[in-house]
Parts: sequence; C-alpha cells; structure tokens
Amino acid sequence: MQTIHDTIIIDGQEIPFTKGQTIMDAALAARVYIPHLCHYPGLTPSGNCRLCTVDIGSKSVAACITPAAAGQEISNNTSALNDARKSITQMLFVEGDHICPSCEKTGNCKLQAMGYYLGVLEDHFPYFYQHREVDASHARILLDRGRCILCDLCVRASREVDKKNVFAIAGRGTEAHLIVNSSTGKLADSNIEPGDLAANICPVGAILIKEQGYQVPIGQRIYDQHTIQETGLQENSVKKNDD
Amino acid sequence: MGFSSPGLLRHCLFKVTGHRLRFCYCYFDFNPAILVSMMNPCLHNRSDPTHEHLLHRLYALQQQFLHISPESMHQVATEFNLPVSQVASVVAFYSFFHTQPCGRFHILFSNCTSCGYLEDGQNLMQMLCQQLQITPGKTRKDGLVSIDETSCIGMCDQGASLLINGVPVTRLNPDKIAQIAHLITAETALAYWPKAWFTVNDVVHKRNLLLSAHFLAGSALQKALIHGTDETLATVMQSDLCGRGGAGFNTGEKWQLCREASGNAHYVVCNADEGEPGTFKDRFLLRSQADAMFEGMTLCAFVTGAEKGFVYLRGEYRYLLPHLHSVLNQRRQQGLLGQHILGHATFNFDIEIVVGAGAYICGEESALIESLEGKPGIPRIRPPFPVTHGYLGQPTVINNVETLIAAAHIILQDGAWFRAIGTEKSAGSKILSVSGDCRLPGIYEYPFGVSIQQVLDDCGAQNVQAVQIGGPSGTLVGRTDFNCRTCFEDLSTAGSFLVFGQQRNLLAINRNFARFFAHESCGFCTPCRVGTQLLKNNLDKIADGRGTSQDLVEIKQLSHLLQRHSHCGLGHTAANHILDSLQRFPQTFEANLKQHFTASFDLDKALENARQITQRNDAAAHLD
Repeated sequence: MQTIHDTIIIDGQEIPFTKGQTIMDAALAARVYIPHLCHYPGLTPSGNCRLCTVDIGSKSVAACITPAAAGQEISNNTSALNDARKSITQMLFVEGDHICPSCEKTGNCKLQAMGYYLGVLEDHFPYFYQHREVDASHARILLDRGRCILCDLCVRASREVDKKNVFAIAGRGTEAHLIVNSSTGKLADSNIEPGDLAANICPVGAILIKEQGYQVPIGQRIYDQHTIQETGLQENSVKKNDD
Repeated sequence: MGFSSPGLLRHCLFKVTGHRLRFCYCYFDFNPAILVSMMNPCLHNRSDPTHEHLLHRLYALQQQFLHISPESMHQVATEFNLPVSQVASVVAFYSFFHTQPCGRFHILFSNCTSCGYLEDGQNLMQMLCQQLQITPGKTRKDGLVSIDETSCIGMCDQGASLLINGVPVTRLNPDKIAQIAHLITAETALAYWPKAWFTVNDVVHKRNLLLSAHFLAGSALQKALIHGTDETLATVMQSDLCGRGGAGFNTGEKWQLCREASGNAHYVVCNADEGEPGTFKDRFLLRSQADAMFEGMTLCAFVTGAEKGFVYLRGEYRYLLPHLHSVLNQRRQQGLLGQHILGHATFNFDIEIVVGAGAYICGEESALIESLEGKPGIPRIRPPFPVTHGYLGQPTVINNVETLIAAAHIILQDGAWFRAIGTEKSAGSKILSVSGDCRLPGIYEYPFGVSIQQVLDDCGAQNVQAVQIGGPSGTLVGRTDFNCRTCFEDLSTAGSFLVFGQQRNLLAINRNFARFFAHESCGFCTPCRVGTQLLKNNLDKIADGRGTSQDLVEIKQLSHLLQRHSHCGLGHTAANHILDSLQRFPQTFEANLKQHFTASFDLDKALENARQITQRNDAAAHLD
C-alpha cells in the first residue's frame, strides 16, 4: 500500500510527511537540518533544549514535539531564529562548567559543535559557577554533573532502549540535576554498563567512558572534520537503516 | 483524631455600611485539636498506604521525621512500587519537602509584595531570625526552629503573614514577632498560642452575581437530573462562561470536548492551586462556597460521564482541609456524592482532595495532572490537551474553583442570567483579590469590564503609581491605563489586583517578581530555567548600582527570548512585568544606571569564597 503524503513548507521548500511525524521527523527525513541537542532519532522527543524552535506564522514551536500538519508554513533557517538559538546555546554554556580545552569530550561535544555552527564566539552571559557533584564511583563510567545540560537523552535512552531506567532529573529551576536510580544514588550501584546507549549518548562530557578519552587525538575528532549539521542528518539516516 | 473534624466554621457576621460597600466578616476559627494533629501526624488516621497519594505519604513522613531521608524515600518507593529516582525527584521538586531536618517549629515567611515579610520598611523575617539567633534556610543546632521564605501564601489581604508548621499566622508586626520568638523559645505548642493569630478574616467589599446569589446544596443537581445531560450542557454553553483561571477557554466547549473524547474513564479536576502572587479569592471561595464548587464538579461529571474527581489544593491552603472534608462528608450523607447520586441509577461520582507541596507551576493544568499522578510538576507537551489525554491519559476537565462555582449557579439559574452581565466577549462577573497600597483590601466581585479606576476608587487607593493586573505573570499598568477594563478583550486577569502607591520602589517590585519566577521555574526547558535566573541576576546588578545601558538591551532580548521560546506559560509570561516596566516606567531602571565604566560585579565580594577556604580575613585578603 502506498503511503499518502501531505506536505509542509520549511523555508519555502515543500517537504512531505506522514501522519504521526513531527516537524523534526519530516525535516530530517528530507535532509533539512533544524538545530537540536535533546532530540535523537528513535527516542521519544522531549522538547527541553528549545534549539529546534521554529516559527509558524506568529507562533514559535519546538519542531521536535510539534506534529506536522498539512500546509504548515515554517520558518527555520532565519537570522532571528539562529540568533535566539545562539543565545540558548550560550545559556547552556554558562549554566554549567564548560571549559572546552580541559574537557576530554572536546572535538566530540555537540554543545561545542553547536557553538561552532551558530557562530558562538564568547559566552556572553556571566557563568553561574554552580556546585554540582561528580560521581566517579563506577569503574568504567564517569558522571560529571557540572557539564550536564539536562537534555534528558540518557534518561530516555536508559528507559526506552536499555530498559534499565538508570537516570532521572530531579530538582527545580537551576537546581535541576541528574540523579541515579540506585540504592546509594551512585553510578557504581546501578546496573549501567559501558555498552549501554545511556552511557554513550551524552552530547557533552557529562557521562564519559573511562580510559579512552584521548584515543583519538584532538584535531581528528568528529567536529574537527564535520559540522553538527552533517552529523545530525547522518544520525537520522543511520537510524532509518536500523529500522 | 483526623483532619475531618466537623463544626470548625463559625459563620458569619453581616454588616451593611452604606449602599456602596457591603462587608462580610467570616472568621475561620481554629480548633486547637487541628493544630495538634498538624504537628503530630502520627495521630492522623492514615489509610492503607497503597491507596494513599504519593504527595500525602511524603507529607506524613516529613511531619513525622521533619525531613524525608534516603531511607524514607526507599521505603516509599517500595510501598508504591516506584523507582527510588521518581520518589527522589518528587521530593526535590516540591518546596515543602526537605531532605535535611527542619526545626520542630518550621516557619515560612511569605515573600509576596502584599503578604510578605517586608512591612513598612522593616524586615520581619530578619527580626525573628535575630531574636532566635538563626540563619534563614538553616535549622538551629538544637533542632527547635527553622525559618525560611516561601512564595505568596495567599494572605495578601491579611497583612504580613507566615506559615508555621503549615498553619497561617496573619497580621504580623514587630510586637507579634517578639511574642512568637518568646513562645518558640519557651517551646509552647501551637495549640496554646493566641487563637486570634490564626484568624483569616475574609472581607467581601463587593458582591455581584455569584456572591449575592443563594445556593442550596443539591439544588442545581436536582435541576440537571430533571433536564438531562444535553440540556445541562446547553445551559453552560449559552452562558458563555469562560475559565476563570486566566486562560479563558470556553467552559461549555471544554466539557463537550471531554464528553466526546473516548477513554476508559473520564475525570473532573478542580484547580485549587491558586499560586499567582496577589490572588486569594479561591481561599475565600473554598471556605465560603465549597458546596457550590463540589456541585459544579458533580455537574461536570454528570455531563461528561466522569466517576472520579479531584480537587488539587495548594499546600499553602492545607489548613482548609478539615472544612473541605466536612463539606464532602455532608454531601455524601445527602446523597450528592457517591453511588446513585440523588437516586439516579447510573450516576456515580466521588471527589478526592490532593494537597500540593509548594510549586507554583502546578497551577498549569498539565503540570497539575503530572502532580496528581505522583510526579514532579513539569508541564506536558500540548497537544494533546487534557480534555482528550489528561489524568492517566484519559479525558479530563480541569476547571478553576471560581469557574466550577459559576457553572453550578448557571445551571441553577440559567445561561441568560449569567450572559446578561459583563462585556461582549467576557460574560458574567469576576471576583478580584485586591491588595497592596489601599485602604480596603479584600474580595471584590464586579461585572466583567469594570475599569481599573473604578476598582481603585472602591478599594480606597490614593496616589497610585501602578497596578499589577493578574499577578506577576500579568500586566503592569500606570495612570494612563487606569481607564482599561478587566475582561478578556482588554486586560485579562485570574483575579490578582496588586496596588502600588507612589512611595513604592518599582525596581524592588520587579526584582521580587523576577526572583519569584527564577524560584518557581520547573527547570525543564533552557530558556526559562536559565533565562529567569539571568533576568533576576540582571535586575540585582542594576539595583546594586552596577548596571549600564547595555544591561537594558540584554534584559529586553532575554525577555523576548523567554516569551517566544519557553515550553509553557510560566516562561512565556515571566518577563512581562519587566517589559511593562521598561515601557511604562523607564525611569525605574534608568535612574539606577551608571554612565561611566563600572565593574559588573563586586571584586572584593567575589573573593569571599577564597577567604573562607584560606580562613583569612585580614586587610591583605581584601581589595582596597
């Protein structure tokens, strides 16, 4: 049976979608990039980072959680939206401790790559310097909450793919932080394993696999060679091939 | 001894003073037994824990051990068959739960601009802290007392107020603060404190449709049962009643959408989480019109086919529980709730009250549902809306207290009775909570469309600088806008009406509101979580005399970012008061700006951490 397509329009380009797809799904399938950090193909969308905010007429919506509807005229790659995305990226930088030169995720970090993509040249806002706990209890996996951007990807990956429910987010406002679902609240007492999606999906350096940080030299890492636009579209096609 | 001791209400002393204003003093009289039961939850008849609400179970543990320990969280996780991380995230989300022990006397001062601890230039919280030798936010070493501040507790017409072990103490002044310090030092149980201190005097200055009509329990239900569901719904539709919680969605339409939505069950929820600073009309309605409110819910159940209803009561109003439970019990005895309501073979409906635990965001309907489901109050992705996917994913009507009361009156009278009052797009009357710099704070009911000036005249406000309509998330207006009308087509309000006289420092008001939003942001989305904090910091910077004109540019950009990019209404509206101030009262900010180069932060203060670590405080450890 042939799938019946409706279409939406993103920045003047007509894009087909099927019922149930979000604007993000339809855009990625058509290889149209909408910047995002908390979206990952195959996981339930959350809508927390707000980088994927697009305009439909006078209304702004997060593309990853908004259903595509026939005839929607959507603005995505505009200077106003990219300026807002840049501010949101800077907000994520100053909320945590993101000192790229001293972070082993540098070059592989999506927040850093988003900064490159959107032309972030300075932090802009004053840093919050929050005290957030590091959990080094696990033999193979490190959790540095200072770098967490609360994107919820590890929470969803653990629950939906690993079927383990290792993580949750607790606390309100800027006190929101990642917690571990174990008797002590420590990673060592959870059933997470280095092969789990939750241990590898972190877009920043908050969850790291130990003892492999510098296996790939700086200069040869993902975002030394690709833009986040390229990897964002690639992730989606890899996921599609898996299906 | 439980919460539902009947006969707590001593009604009502009517006094008529001239034709314009009519007063009704209602005293809520505290039975010492309740104070004892609120302090000693072990006395509280706890039902089977598996049927208890998670928030109630955590509250009981908090009462028993004065905090919720990791062991308690594990115990609750086992009892409720939940991941311990969910229990921990709930404990961390709600302000009234603590992971460190509180004092045996736990005091929360309201920090609202109307019922807050800054009264006549005096800091009442600081006063009590000094007298008890305690730092705010920290429990005294002997475990006797802890003092902190909390968002508006809805006592804005009662003067400066606090909650002590969950019970409001109103009309604070330096003298009372000294007496409180004395009673705490002497470890006098609350039951032996002066009863008058716990009095909440509801003063009604203006009555219109709802507050002048008489309502007999069951009367609207009887009428509805005679006319059937279709006609009952049609009556609500004809009235053009729109939600009184602020959003103003058509009530009849909401009931109809829920009724038509398919599901395993339908639910009716009353939103009694009145958290907008400056709003206290639901506090009054819950006490004086509970029957009409429960009847409104029952009527909605009749129309939608719901068999279960919830009242989500804000934690600050926990002291109203005994009264609400007694009205519910009475209605059960009268056959107005339970199985076969008024003898109708298939009409079964009952109501449970769930008490929140200090989170403004739970007034947002989808966050409220999350909270009802025992989760942190993080607003859901909408659509789908609660009318189709609400509580437990089932069709759910969520209405404000005032909306449900109006619905009950409308069904008893008729749609035209209600529609005849108000403006074209705003039918009926609106109950306002008026407070701040005015002679007659209290409850005012007007036909929709009343001008701000009229309200100011009636409440005896003079030399008014500004009015905040609809609370911090609403609109700040100045003199030139006092001809505006309160209605959906002009200035919409859920009821908060804060009056600020000429003597007020508006920057201090803006800072207060900015702090409120930073504290209440749920933390889910980046623009609101970080943006509310940045706005607060920026206003603090200007007030500290370190702001420059560039800061105003920053504030505007941030405000627009929040308005457009946040996940829910909290973020969308959190910067309204700042943009209003910038537009209508530019002097508020500009007067504080520095014309020349200024360091953006206090360099010496920034070294404090280093001084503490090195345990130094000598001259060489300071700049200058």
